[in-house]
Amino acid sequence: MAQKKGGKSAASDDPEELARTPLQAILLADTFNLKFRPTTLERPKAISSHCVLLPLVNTPMIDYTLAWLESVGAEEVFLFCCAHADQVKEYISKSHWGQSRAGFSITTIESNFSISAGDALRFIEGKNVIRGDFILITGDTISNMNLTEALQAHKDRRKKDPDTVMTMFVKRSKPMPLTHQTRLGNDEIVMAIDPETKQLLFYEDRFDSSKQAVTLDKSLLADNPSLYLRTDLEDCYIDICSPEVLTIFLDNFDYQHLRRHFVKGLLHDDIMGKKIYTHEIDSSYTARVDNWRSYDTISKDIIQRWSFPLVPDVLYAGNRSQMRLQREGIYKAPDISLSPSVSIGAFSAIGSGTTIGDNSSVSNSVIGELCTIGRNVSIDGCYIWDNVTIEDGCRLSNSVVCDGVHLRAGATLEPGVILSFKVEVGQNITIPAYSKVSLLAQPGKQDSDEELEYADTDSGVIDSPSIASISPANVEHDHASFNTEQSGLEGGLSGVGYIWTSCETGNEEEWRYSVAPIPEEKLNEFYAKMLDEAETSSDEEQTGITHSGELLSETKSTNFDDSDGEYKGDVTKFEKEVEETFERALGGVAEENVQLEINSLRMSFNVTHAECAGAVFQSVIKSAIVASNSKSNLLKATIDAIEKSKGLLSYFITNLDEEIEVILKFEEMCMETTKEFSPIFSSVLHQLYDKEVVTEDAILKWESEKAEADESDKVFIKQSEAFLKWLKEAPEEDDEDE
Amino acid sequence: MPDVSDFILKLQRRRIEGSHATARQTTELLRSVVSHHRIPHTNQTASLLEAVRAVGEQLIAANPVELAVGNIVRRVLHIIREEDSSAVSFEGLQISEKSDDEEDVERKGGSLLSAAAVAAASRSTLRPRSLQTLLEDGPAPIVPSNSSSNGDSEGKSKSDKSARSRRLKHAVIEAINLLIEEINSCYDDISEQAVEHIHHNEVILTLGRSKTVKEFLYAAKQKNRSFRVFVAEGAPRYQGHVLAKELIQKGLETTVITDSAIFAMISRVNMVIVGAHAIMANGGVIAPVGMNMLALAAQRHAVPFVVVAGSHKLCPLYSHNPEVLLNELKSPSDLIDFGEFSDCMDFGSRGGGPLMHVVNPTFDYVPPKLVSLFITDTGGHNASHMYKLIADYYSADDLVIKRNSTS
Repeated sequence: MAQKKGGKSAASDDPEELARTPLQAILLADTFNLKFRPTTLERPKAISSHCVLLPLVNTPMIDYTLAWLESVGAEEVFLFCCAHADQVKEYISKSHWGQSRAGFSITTIESNFSISAGDALRFIEGKNVIRGDFILITGDTISNMNLTEALQAHKDRRKKDPDTVMTMFVKRSKPMPLTHQTRLGNDEIVMAIDPETKQLLFYEDRFDSSKQAVTLDKSLLADNPSLYLRTDLEDCYIDICSPEVLTIFLDNFDYQHLRRHFVKGLLHDDIMGKKIYTHEIDSSYTARVDNWRSYDTISKDIIQRWSFPLVPDVLYAGNRSQMRLQREGIYKAPDISLSPSVSIGAFSAIGSGTTIGDNSSVSNSVIGELCTIGRNVSIDGCYIWDNVTIEDGCRLSNSVVCDGVHLRAGATLEPGVILSFKVEVGQNITIPAYSKVSLLAQPGKQDSDEELEYADTDSGVIDSPSIASISPANVEHDHASFNTEQSGLEGGLSGVGYIWTSCETGNEEEWRYSVAPIPEEKLNEFYAKMLDEAETSSDEEQTGITHSGELLSETKSTNFDDSDGEYKGDVTKFEKEVEETFERALGGVAEENVQLEINSLRMSFNVTHAECAGAVFQSVIKSAIVASNSKSNLLKATIDAIEKSKGLLSYFITNLDEEIEVILKFEEMCMETTKEFSPIFSSVLHQLYDKEVVTEDAILKWESEKAEADESDKVFIKQSEAFLKWLKEAPEEDDEDE
Repeated sequence: MPDVSDFILKLQRRRIEGSHATARQTTELLRSVVSHHRIPHTNQTASLLEAVRAVGEQLIAANPVELAVGNIVRRVLHIIREEDSSAVSFEGLQISEKSDDEEDVERKGGSLLSAAAVAAASRSTLRPRSLQTLLEDGPAPIVPSNSSSNGDSEGKSKSDKSARSRRLKHAVIEAINLLIEEINSCYDDISEQAVEHIHHNEVILTLGRSKTVKEFLYAAKQKNRSFRVFVAEGAPRYQGHVLAKELIQKGLETTVITDSAIFAMISRVNMVIVGAHAIMANGGVIAPVGMNMLALAAQRHAVPFVVVAGSHKLCPLYSHNPEVLLNELKSPSDLIDFGEFSDCMDFGSRGGGPLMHVVNPTFDYVPPKLVSLFITDTGGHNASHMYKLIADYYSADDLVIKRNSTS
């Protein structure tokens, strides 16, 4: 391969080059998700949605990425591709990137077995080609930022601290959840960053804005004197990595996703102590095309020249014909033929060799090369790729039309339609909003992001000759969804293609990821929901961050979740410590000292008062077990124990929350650890009530909390039914008693 | 060609900034193109011209906004034609020995005025030459003996031929070296004239940062002229801030003003001195954005508007020529911060298009009537005399580079 030779010679010819290790880059031509289907079934990215060869303003996405890599001084690029590797390779070798050139070489690495970014990196590690720090980027990232400063900073940090493995690039954007949704169609990201060192401490990319809460590890707050919690950052998906990153992937063979597994894994892992830093870019542009919504947004950003110099009228890709920019952001290739009556609206691009007939109008759209567009066609907000034929009188709005599509006269595309390669649409047919039409039948299941459908998509690429043979069936299938149109069709030519039922996201979510603008009512709904949530969340006792990213309060900022294993470990450890202290107390240590000791334990383990009360109570009960020698006198021993440590208990159990915690704790113990108590649960509860350890309110509250629990959880409620009934019936008596 | 594709990429990626750097690097590149070019036995001049033109065409296409590239390509083509005409006169007329030497002496002198004079002189011999080149172009491959005009020299020997080709190449390279020298020394040549234009206690206004202007002001300062400089900051790149810093280091009294304060300040100014991106054949100026406003303000208050520019910025094209892409729209991020305005760039809502558009043009066009004086390395010129200067530097055959190469 030409490019391989180029790489080798560049490396071996120049000894200096070797000494300072050339800047290397790994470009993942696959991003391993499904949002671009069905178009990517046929272009690279079978597994993934995306295809690095999908044109973005008439230039394949990978050209933008490669041009950027070249501009930042990357010298060796390892292009990793798996699905449709042949197409990518062919494209690279045909384009000017394939020509070997001093100081910039592209090596393609191909693997058919990788189904995730993690696999890809492990595969590359196996090739043993990475020698120093490298840039990790996916083939769908558009950027014009300058790396010099960040690269230097990364190197300096590495020198100081060899545990630095990665510098992540982040970009500021408005901290509005709506903006994220509407601009790029992705979720908000919450990051915790050390303000001094810019070290990344926390990363959550599946931030659920409806909950408006994040769960932070408490050690995060304990270990860092200050940290910024930020929701106004976009992840650029560009990283500078140290070679260790590959080794880490190799060691953790279950890491698949770069962010979800790798970054989070490192952040949770205290043992290795690997550190990730962030670099915030300010004025440069970076964005990643990972669904149709961001495809639309980024195309428009490019047309508006945010990505300068990666804009259509600058020849960065070399092999495309140059576009010329006219007033109002209209880009025209020099050799197009437009009828004089064509009206081209602002911010449109028209590729070379395209003809447009009389009285047609184009606005806010990108039209590819060699397209033929008839008369009286209206195109608004569409992305039309190469070699598309659109006959007279078609109406297209906010759609994507892939290569070779044929729209017969009078066809209408409603917003959000995606027509995959070579689909034909019959006369006067209307394709309903958000439908996806492809020549390929929809693969059966597509539930997960990282699912492998490699084999069947490969064989499933249908060439045009075979379309004829399968078309009758298709047509039928096709018209199952729009048979009303067919009735008015009078047996005319109809289309070829399957309508895909909506993807895994469900019809509800279609609008979110489509190229069409978000419908008004959805937006309003969204706003309304946001407002509601803002209100409820402030009412709730729930912990979380407000939208400005500030913590509600220090103590509440951690949400103790059962899923948090580490935290749980801490509590059991704490309980053990309390127990030991308590045992010593039985041995004759003064009560005040025990109080002091437990209090300090509570501080150092950073647990709540309620948990502390629970732990103390647990110790009391356990001491009762030790004291009792048979089951028969367990109750008596318990009563004794409670009596004995009444002072201690009343010291720690001061309010309702703690009392409930004690009851819950006791219940839990009866069910799990000390089953001996289960028969005498209600008696002990009664004793606790008599000894004023817990109040009537707490017991009643406990009951009401349990009311909605499973039947199995209600065992003890039932057991103490009589007691509860008595409590409810005789509250006055109770008062008199006291 | 060794560096051509590399250089083209640099131009394409807008990695080379400033017309001076571009001009110098283009000249150096073309010199290496000429020296690497293997000259065939027949049609030497034509093949050399063709080689340079082919490279030149690519360079111009790589960054059509940077007019200096085209200027230099045309200059080099002109040099080849000149050298060819002098070489032919040596062979054909047999009196060349002397004239050739004379020319060499003149060229080595390197005086710019004389270079222009030589150019003008050789232009007279150039006219009949182009006809002869045409004759040579056509029948040469068929029969060499057919060429009657210099049949005797053709028949002489191969060694003579190669000697001639070497001489041509040598002369061309020599002349290109002079061109490089001229480009390198243009600052000095321009700033030499500073004392004639800047007088004591004057107030000079400039916009943005031009190296030529900076050197010009330095030179006046060195001659112990005391004057004040107002620097308009030159939004959105704010190069004026950099210039102000540099001027202060040289001990010049400097005041920084915003671009929008120009009109308010212009009445206190004695002279406006600015740099340019390119000077067109009609005397119009392509200059950093904001210049037209400054020129109009100067005209309103009858303040002289002086443009200083090296001769490599002289462009033989007219600004209405469609081949000249007058402007380049840069990224809006110079103006506003994308992060801050990302909600205004929202395409998902509001019917598919954002209401906010940001336009960031790089250049302004200042019409010739607003320019009082051009100061180039050959001295001061009026806008209406630009065409004469251009005729000295460029050959009319080279004005359209693209069409020639295809035909």
